[in-house]
Amino acid sequence: MAPPHDSDRVKRAKQFIEAIPYSRALGMQVEEIGDGRAVISMPYSEQLVGDPRTGVLHGGVVSALMDTCGGGAVVCHPRSGAPTATIDLRIDYMRPARPGERLTAEAICYHVTRSVAFVRATAWDADKDRPVAAVTGAFTFEMSNSEEGGQ
Amino acid sequence: MTGPSKRRGRPEPMQVVKGRRDRALRALVDGVPWIAFLGIRFERHGDELTAVMPYQEKLIGNPMLPALHGGATAGFLETAAIIELSWSTLWEDVESGAIDLNDPAVLEGLKFPKTIDFTVDYLRTGLPRDAYARARVTRSGRRYASVHVEAWQDNRARPFAQATGHFLMPST
Repeated sequence: MAPPHDSDRVKRAKQFIEAIPYSRALGMQVEEIGDGRAVISMPYSEQLVGDPRTGVLHGGVVSALMDTCGGGAVVCHPRSGAPTATIDLRIDYMRPARPGERLTAEAICYHVTRSVAFVRATAWDADKDRPVAAVTGAFTFEMSNSEEGGQ
Repeated sequence: MTGPSKRRGRPEPMQVVKGRRDRALRALVDGVPWIAFLGIRFERHGDELTAVMPYQEKLIGNPMLPALHGGATAGFLETAAIIELSWSTLWEDVESGAIDLNDPAVLEGLKFPKTIDFTVDYLRTGLPRDAYARARVTRSGRRYASVHVEAWQDNRARPFAQATGHFLMPST
């Protein structure tokens, strides 16, 4: 079990992400967050369809979920001391997400320097074994005060 | 060479030309829920398109600054790129009259290119105000295309984001 202050931190991170206007507009829900890893999901919505002839969600929807999830993974990194912003994000679309299915993304902040956090993320629909998209990204990063103190 | 604009002699009335081009643009943009969700519209000058995303509170990603959400910016750029690519592919056929976008069967058969990958550089904070974007097809082959797109707000020379994407062209 995580110590109490950690679960507070997780709760705060969850509240923070779910209160972001754009994440709310897309209905994002934080499933798991902590230790430089975040899992966020969102429902399918006809409002977000990118091609009315197929009913497939627009790529921009998947990037929004990935970007939010990546940012979430960065701010919950144990050494993070400040909010973050995306520097660059590359998304590879492997297949269209199936209409009607919930979308889930998992992001891992796998390395941080004093000013940059590096992130990888994947997204899937109901079929977790066949990813819909993959992301690599760089985010701004600031160490928490205790880290900067050089312990 | 029997299309309206290729006919020699008296040029077509301006309103006819504009009407045809605007109809073609509407055929691409109207009815796409995502474009309506972001509130994006396209301004056309001849064949040049500018995508406009008017500011809305729901596009915010950081309420403290406040700043546009990176996902909103990425969605805007990708939309501008896809529409520009489709538009530039259709342009000649629309001009020559080879396709008639009043025909529901033609509309039904319109296919968007599929994004293979898309890379966004966030150059500065997206401010809570209207954003504009212009895309350029840097290479358009039979199967693959490469598109570059830039977005700005107050100052065209100071883009706040740019992106490059690769696309799979629809098979015809």
